[in-house]
Amino acid sequence: MPVLKADFAACQGYANCVDAAPTVYDIDDDGIVVLLRETITDEERPRIEEAARSCPVSALTIEDE
Amino acid sequence: MSRTVVVIGSSIGGVRTAQALRSEGFDGRVVLVGEESAMPYDKPPLSKQVLAGQWTPDRTELLSAEAAQRERIELRLGVAATRLDIAAKQVHLADGTRIDYDNAVIATGASARPSPWRPGSGVHVVRSLDDSLALRADLLRDGPVVVVGGGFIGAEAAATARGLGHEVTVVDPMPTPIGRVVGPEIGQYFTELHHRHGVTTRFGTGVEGIEGTAGDLRVRLTDGTELAAATVVVGIGAVPNDEWLADSGLPIENGVMCDEFCRALDAHDVFAIGDVARWYHPGHREYVRVEHWTNAVEQGVCAAHNIARPDDLRSYRPVEYVWSDQYDWKVQIVGRPTRGTRHEVVGGLTGVKPRAAVLYTDEDGHLLGVVTVNWPKALVQCRRLVTDHASFDEALERVTTLDASSPPRPPRPAVPAAPEALPAAPAAGGDHG
Ligand SMILES: Cc1cc2nc3c(=O)[nH]c(=O)nc-3n(C[C@H](O)[C@H](O)[C@H](O)COP(=O)(O)OP(=O)(O)OC[C@H]3O[C@@H](n4cnc5c(N)ncnc54)[C@H](O)[C@@H]3O)c2cc1C
Ligand code: SF4
Repeated sequence: MPVLKADFAACQGYANCVDAAPTVYDIDDDGIVVLLRETITDEERPRIEEAARSCPVSALTIEDE
Repeated sequence: MSRTVVVIGSSIGGVRTAQALRSEGFDGRVVLVGEESAMPYDKPPLSKQVLAGQWTPDRTELLSAEAAQRERIELRLGVAATRLDIAAKQVHLADGTRIDYDNAVIATGASARPSPWRPGSGVHVVRSLDDSLALRADLLRDGPVVVVGGGFIGAEAAATARGLGHEVTVVDPMPTPIGRVVGPEIGQYFTELHHRHGVTTRFGTGVEGIEGTAGDLRVRLTDGTELAAATVVVGIGAVPNDEWLADSGLPIENGVMCDEFCRALDAHDVFAIGDVARWYHPGHREYVRVEHWTNAVEQGVCAAHNIARPDDLRSYRPVEYVWSDQYDWKVQIVGRPTRGTRHEVVGGLTGVKPRAAVLYTDEDGHLLGVVTVNWPKALVQCRRLVTDHASFDEALERVTTLDASSPPRPPRPAVPAAPEALPAAPAAGGDHG
């Protein structure tokens, strides 16, 4: 199952990910990304991949486990 | 039969379009053409982390050779497209070759508006990686810096130059330069932001001429005064890279004219996205061109979808979003603030690292746009509210509630004593400008 990863130190709170995929990404009070789930399904992957690629600092990745 | 998509322009818009074609299930050939020979790189850090020397240029890479191979994106870098033949469906390249396409995506972006003042040396624009590195080399030498233009690029360059220890003056003919985006009243706080960081501003004053050479420049202003400068940065806007399409027959009006599906008017197999595209925004009911990073990505995804799924055309009606890092301000702007006639501030815009959201409305009481400073959480909420056409009153109430429920925290120390103990601290970046 594809696994969501985030580089919390790189995240700058630009929030593009939250806008593109609000069911898996959110942002905390400090403006740092929060992963709402650990894994996603293969069907969701293309949509979440596009959300991850909308991060201006490439903080988000999806890995195969 | 396998189709070929040729994407012209290899920066954020072009790269994300090529990748999105694969995510959307397009199985044909994808060719990415780029004028610059460097591997595709990203631009926002060029006036921030790269200029400040906090990031090495390789951190701006958008697509590695391995990733391109994995996603079956054929790279044709270091060669400009010179012509688009829409009848023969071919892209002509500077090396004389021609590529046949079924769909072409124009993603050639924009160039910095060239400086009208050209002394011997020492005057810089910031658009490409080479520009940023050349400016940085000059900034490593001592001497005052004059920045012409107080927009995003100018303000960021000023903040970065100041962070490197230079005496900096920003000159702009507008009374409050960022006023075009946030309105004159809120623009005033941006002027104060410069002053708080020891940068001099000469707003409401134009430049008449620049003489001398790097290290010894004189900037003559319209009020008759003269500023000495070692280095001058000119950030006076961008012009779309559409001149190579002049004889293509495509309608061009300060950008490639497109319909709401990102397709060129009169040539539906050609798409344009990013800084170079002027398209019909069905929500705004007018043609717009947007020079924001997120727009290039989202429009690329929309074009890719419409190419991969012509049976399911999606119209492109984004809510504008742009960020800018200036000194200790992380500024985020959503929607179209200056279309408003009235605004309300939640939080504060003064002092060290303030936190605020400014909401803009029109006579009808709609929320038109929001400017946030150091408050990503409010930005997320406001982006949704603008998207949902929320009323101004409802939005104001929500943001006020958010403000009460999570009071601002004390600013983080500029240099954390033990970085490993603070995993959530932002990476060294725009905070220091
Ligand atoms: C210094 C700087 C800082 C910025 N900071 C921010 C920010 O903080 N936030 C934000 O939202 N936006 C920011 N922007 C704006 C954002 O970077 C642009 O909106 C974005 O780069 C547009 O992407 P694009 O792919 O449409 O065009 P571009 O990035 O301009 O890329 C176009 C590409 O096409 C190539 N090209 C041009 N002509 C040809 C040709 N004939 N043949 C082949 N290739 C060609 C160019 O070499 C270039 O690689 C910044 C821009 C700059 C310059
Ligand atoms: S888009 Fe990137 S920088 Fe922005 S909140 Fe998401 S992970 Fe952080």
